[in-house]
Amino acid sequence: MRRTYLGEFEEVVLLMVAILDGEGYGVTVSQALEEHTGRIVTFGTVHNTLIRLEEKGFVRSELGGATTERGGRRKRLFRVTALGSRALQEIQQLRQDLWQLLPPNTLRLGGV
Amino acid sequence: MNVSNGPPRFAHWLLTRLHPNDTLEEVEGDLDELYTYWHERAGRTQATLRYLLNVVSVLPPFVRRRKRELYHQNASSLHPIMIRNYLKIAWRNLAKNKVYSAINIGGLAVGMAVAMLIGLWIYDELTFNQYHQNYSRVAQVMRHEWFDGRKETGGQSSPIPLGTELQTAFGDEFSYVVLSTKPVNYIIASGDAKFNQSGRFMEAGAPELLTLRMVQGSRAGLHELNTILLTETLAKKLFGDENPINRIVTIDTQVNVKVTGVYEDLPTNSEFRGTSYIAPFDLYGSLNTWVKDARDNWGDKSFPIYVQIAPNKTFEQVSARIKGVMLPHLKAENAASKPEVFLHPMSNWHLFSAFENGANVTSEPMKYVLFYGVIGLFVLLLACINFTNLSTARSEKRAKEVGIRKAIGSVRAQLTSQFLSESVLVSMVAFGLCLVLVQLALPWFNRVADKQIVILWVNPIFWLACITFTLFTALLAGSYPAFYLSSLQPVKTLKGLYSSGSPSGWHSAIASRKILVVFQFTISIALIIGTASVYQQIQLAKNRPVGYDRKGLLSFPKNGFLGKENVLRDELLRTGVAAEVAESAYPLTNEGSNNTGFDWRGKTPTMSDDFGTIRISAEYGKAVGWQFIAGRDFSRRFRSDSSGLIINESAMKVMGIQHAVGEQVRSEHWQKGTFTILGVVKDMVMASPFERVRPTIFSIQGTKRWMLVKINPQVSLHTALPKLEATFKAVVPDVPFDYKFADEEYALKFTAEERIGKLASFFASLAIFISCLGLFGLASFMAERRTKEIGVRKVLGASALTIWRLLSQEFVLLVLIAFAIATPTAYYFLSNWLQKYEYHTNVSWWIFAMSGMGTLIITLLTVSYQSIKAALVNPVKSLRSE
Repeated sequence: MRRTYLGEFEEVVLLMVAILDGEGYGVTVSQALEEHTGRIVTFGTVHNTLIRLEEKGFVRSELGGATTERGGRRKRLFRVTALGSRALQEIQQLRQDLWQLLPPNTLRLGGV
Repeated sequence: MNVSNGPPRFAHWLLTRLHPNDTLEEVEGDLDELYTYWHERAGRTQATLRYLLNVVSVLPPFVRRRKRELYHQNASSLHPIMIRNYLKIAWRNLAKNKVYSAINIGGLAVGMAVAMLIGLWIYDELTFNQYHQNYSRVAQVMRHEWFDGRKETGGQSSPIPLGTELQTAFGDEFSYVVLSTKPVNYIIASGDAKFNQSGRFMEAGAPELLTLRMVQGSRAGLHELNTILLTETLAKKLFGDENPINRIVTIDTQVNVKVTGVYEDLPTNSEFRGTSYIAPFDLYGSLNTWVKDARDNWGDKSFPIYVQIAPNKTFEQVSARIKGVMLPHLKAENAASKPEVFLHPMSNWHLFSAFENGANVTSEPMKYVLFYGVIGLFVLLLACINFTNLSTARSEKRAKEVGIRKAIGSVRAQLTSQFLSESVLVSMVAFGLCLVLVQLALPWFNRVADKQIVILWVNPIFWLACITFTLFTALLAGSYPAFYLSSLQPVKTLKGLYSSGSPSGWHSAIASRKILVVFQFTISIALIIGTASVYQQIQLAKNRPVGYDRKGLLSFPKNGFLGKENVLRDELLRTGVAAEVAESAYPLTNEGSNNTGFDWRGKTPTMSDDFGTIRISAEYGKAVGWQFIAGRDFSRRFRSDSSGLIINESAMKVMGIQHAVGEQVRSEHWQKGTFTILGVVKDMVMASPFERVRPTIFSIQGTKRWMLVKINPQVSLHTALPKLEATFKAVVPDVPFDYKFADEEYALKFTAEERIGKLASFFASLAIFISCLGLFGLASFMAERRTKEIGVRKVLGASALTIWRLLSQEFVLLVLIAFAIATPTAYYFLSNWLQKYEYHTNVSWWIFAMSGMGTLIITLLTVSYQSIKAALVNPVKSLRSE
């Protein structure tokens, strides 16, 4: 967060890669997104986001795991890097800190 | 998964074509997998639709490209070490192929230099008269007049009362109205320093109108009658380093005037150049009594009028107001031409002074501007394309370098910037060289073109244009290696599998080079033919029989002789070096005036009675050596000869008389009276040697302003001139002995044509030079590409001669095609150009033949260097090299 800005969608995709723990690639990430958040996005969006995350250093990738159902083509499998996991933790920490600062009745009074 | 069940083939094809290569594999796989997933979940139609949508989402411009070689991110291609490396490699490449580098850079520099010279010349033409700061508000008063139903434009000279009328009745339209003389020659003297100088007599507003830059004194210096302004040069000649202000100078040995100012010499590109003094207009009246009669005479049109319009007026407005100003004052016979006065703006004087039917048409100077402009563009284009071609051809040798650079980690952007910076460097070197060349060529160019052109060192637009052009050339030349070579796969180039793209790419590269060669040689051959014809035309005119003898004939004006002509004549003859001394109204090589109003027996109304008229002394004929067809020369012995005439052959033809001698001619305007024709002489070429001789009449009546001296042919000029000068000084000590040789004056008549000839041959030789460079490049390129073929042929028994022929014949064919295109083009333009001259040569076939042969020989020499080199190479070497 301090060094590189992480957008909301990027954050979700990064979390998905973390959840899939080494099994994350284009297809699985798209499916997990749909399954867990209900968001249906184009494949290109996911593809671009993964590339951008890699450029920012939050994930790394390698080619591998060719299967017959994809015509023998390899997958690009993503893993969260140390930088990525620290970024996720920092976001989490920041949110928690912010929640702590919330006056007790604010949200309830606001009708949320 | 079988085909019918798979994703739509078109979408898949689109994906493989357009998706970035480096992520294609995984994306293809992912989409296949997703398709199967959608197919299972939502059926085929849904799957197809979603597949399509998602394919589009990974096509450019939506898709994000992976940055290759991420670890290179911080190794910027602009790192100083890398730049040093690029420079080093660029330098080594140049140094490795010295001949080629010299040809390449030299060729571009020469092309640029030619273009720059022409550009500067055109700039000079277009900025003519801009030395005068009121350039945009100054005009000359001119007239349209109707003659024989045609509207003719002229009237650079106006009557004096027109100027007076403009000053009094239309004063609010003008800031200045200045009456002036045409340039006139007078002796300007101070003590022993005396010089025959050209200058003008102008009204007091002139220095302001011309915005003279005063070195000393002020622009208000012409308000008194006996004053004069001098140029810096003339002041220096007269007074040396002393202060010229308030010194007295003598004009024409008669009038003493005071110097009230010194102005900076006017530049060559001013209409007023060579005006070395300006004196008050009224002073001209005191020197010439006839001006008194012209004061109120609307029919005597002898003086240019220059005006500067008032600040809030336009030329159109003022022209409209003064349009009819002359008409009410004219006598009936002069009013018939309905003169229509208008202002001709200074900005149009130089290039837009040709009129037809009262409207501007393309003038001769403008034609030259266009002509040279086109040539300059062509030469530049040739040089530029050549440079690109040679660079490209050479850069293919560097495919291996690209391979190695890529193998050790260069990214494409780095290679691109390397090649581009290299070609920028080379074209900058060429540009520097071009500046040097132009600087060196300018003195010669200025002499030939009669200009004072300098490089515009401080003009930002000049630099902007040059730099833009240089960068453009550099980009053009560097783009092929920068963008094509850098995209090659290192594995292929290092294995040696690389060839210039596909075979079709190679053929189109060769074809475009061939077209270029044809183009270049077309221009070169056309220029050669043009140059040769210009010289042929000049030679023809030079060899034209002139009808008199120019040798040892000198002339000088009779300014300041004060009636001592006869004394001088006797004294000069007494020295023994002068064979004859005569007088004439005009120098021999000047056609002088013409007049109408002659009548003779048998004259019909349709006959023209416009004759050249020259007043001479009786000895004129002996001095110039004219040749009689019939009759006899004037003689001092017969008093009645004063009413005699001698006419030339053309005049006799115009009059339509078979035996002219003894016929009577009545003259109404010129030397009023009746004359008898005494003799007929052969036509003498006095005016332009390119035109027909004007029918001319000679009489011994009236005043003559020039003296002619024929030097005794037995005496050499070296001994004759000092003797003549000594006699001259003794008789008329106040007059400088300023003489001109008739043959030199006559030679000056060829100046314009010789200028065209010199410039054309200059451009032609450069065009040939540049074309040969292109040819040389192409030949070496082809020979290199065919090294192996030649090797194999030699191994199989081909002789060097066969191989030389194999490599050369193609170029011969190209030159022949070029010749076929150039011939009709050149013929068309040349016959048009020659039509301009009344006395002209025809375009001769042998010029075409010679030009063709010459070009062919040069071509063969150029190509043979390469082809013989290739043919003599040991085949073992060429076949072994892998």
